[in-house]
Amino acid sequence: MKRGVKAQTSEAENENVRQDVEEKTEHTALIEVENLTKKFGELLVLDNISEKIEQGEKVAIIGPSGSGKSTFLRCLNVLEDPTSGAVYFDGVDLCDLSVDINLHRRRMGMVFQQFNLFNNMNVLRNITLAPVYIGLQDLRKAKRKNFFRRIANVFRKEGKKRELIPIDKTKQQIKEEAEANAMRLLERIGLADKAKVYPSTLSGGQRQRIAIVRALAMNPKVMLFDEPTSALDPEMVGEVLSLIKELADEGMTMVIVTHEMGFAREVATRVLFMDGGKIQEQGTPEQIFGSPQNARLKDFLSKVLQ
Amino acid sequence: MWESFYEQFILYDGYRKVLRGLQNTLIIAFGGLLIGILLGTIVACVQVAGKRNKVVRAFSYVGDVYTALFRGTPIVVQLLVFNFVLFPLMGINLPGLFESLIVFGLNSGAYVAEIMRGGILSVDAGQLEAGRTVGLSYTATMVKIVFPQAVKNVIPTLGNELIALTKDTSVAGFVGTTDLTAAFRALASNDYQIMIPYLMLALSYLIIVVIFTVVIRFIERRMRKSEKRS
Repeated sequence: MKRGVKAQTSEAENENVRQDVEEKTEHTALIEVENLTKKFGELLVLDNISEKIEQGEKVAIIGPSGSGKSTFLRCLNVLEDPTSGAVYFDGVDLCDLSVDINLHRRRMGMVFQQFNLFNNMNVLRNITLAPVYIGLQDLRKAKRKNFFRRIANVFRKEGKKRELIPIDKTKQQIKEEAEANAMRLLERIGLADKAKVYPSTLSGGQRQRIAIVRALAMNPKVMLFDEPTSALDPEMVGEVLSLIKELADEGMTMVIVTHEMGFAREVATRVLFMDGGKIQEQGTPEQIFGSPQNARLKDFLSKVLQ
Repeated sequence: MWESFYEQFILYDGYRKVLRGLQNTLIIAFGGLLIGILLGTIVACVQVAGKRNKVVRAFSYVGDVYTALFRGTPIVVQLLVFNFVLFPLMGINLPGLFESLIVFGLNSGAYVAEIMRGGILSVDAGQLEAGRTVGLSYTATMVKIVFPQAVKNVIPTLGNELIALTKDTSVAGFVGTTDLTAAFRALASNDYQIMIPYLMLALSYLIIVVIFTVVIRFIERRMRKSEKRS
């Protein structure tokens, strides 16, 4: 299920990848957070957090409500603008305003507590919207560039003519490919028969699994889960968690904010405990759940695990 | 009384005048709403996006002034000001129908702007966030996701605006447009039998509005249906 949708790469994107490589020497981890501070007005939500998330890690973030877990996650893809500090994704500073954030967000899937499926589109459109839109946009860009290059080439000397960007797909092919990919993903979660149905007719568990698949359709490098099961009926929690677990087993890098301690223990390679806008303690699930050191963590676990 | 009205209406071609008036009323109402929707949507989009960018914010202040002006004065006054002050000053000489069309368009634009703004804000913020996280730009998310949902939310209120506008056109006669009211008033003044024409006038407005209401309900139901099963 990995490759496929976005083989279409425009030149702009290639240039960006090149920049990535140059800067990568500095920030080697997949996501690097440096001195991240976030204030809502006077309220300090994140207090000078620095953290690294390596490729392939499954990081679970736990903590009491209001501890800044969700805000931290939303800062990772700059859905919330950090007040100060930097977030490096793949070596690129996402807080830099000159960076095209949309380009990098495509590589970070996000799943929300409230699913946030697009209500005005059926399930298939929900999944194919972004791949098709971006594919067509790249196609248009390439065609426009080629047009100007062709004109410029008339005036250039032989041997100095610039190459045209190869266009290997038509609009129709982009659409068909995205749809085929979406159907494959839907079949994988056993919801292929719901492709033409609107989100409002689906159960919470189905919606959340489709939201996960929608993020997967962009071939993300990392998946961010913001309490993916908190808005679900208890009987539907299982189906969503098992899908997430499947992804984890396939080696997807993920950051999960969760209240499901059992799940965090089972899936995570590292657990962060946040409280008061700080990461109070972190370690392997065994360390965190087996022998917690921090007093607040102990208190939290005793309340949650009973 | 009835004979006199019959005489005026049928024998002396009064019905032609009334039909012309009806036509003008409908042109002003629909045309005005159309202009209003175009204008109002632009103003609303600028105001919603206003927080993001300084240039846009400047435009959003312009929008504020515009809505304040056109919501803050009665439509009759606007008609009079445009007809007797602004257009003469600018040296524009338009037929009454066009003049009223422009004024009613500008007027309803101010109301539609607020309606649209409310519609856009009523769409769950999560929809915008979801669009942004799959890598769409702000504009693309607005156009593809938020706006269609906003329009759906706004249809009933827009219908309301159409009805209000239709009834407001009754003042278009102030600048010499022959609308429905002006037509019936002409009938009434012909032979000083005023009761029946004005009663008929009221009835015609009522019928128009009832028809609009039914049509709007129908459209609304059609749009809701798409969200359910397919």
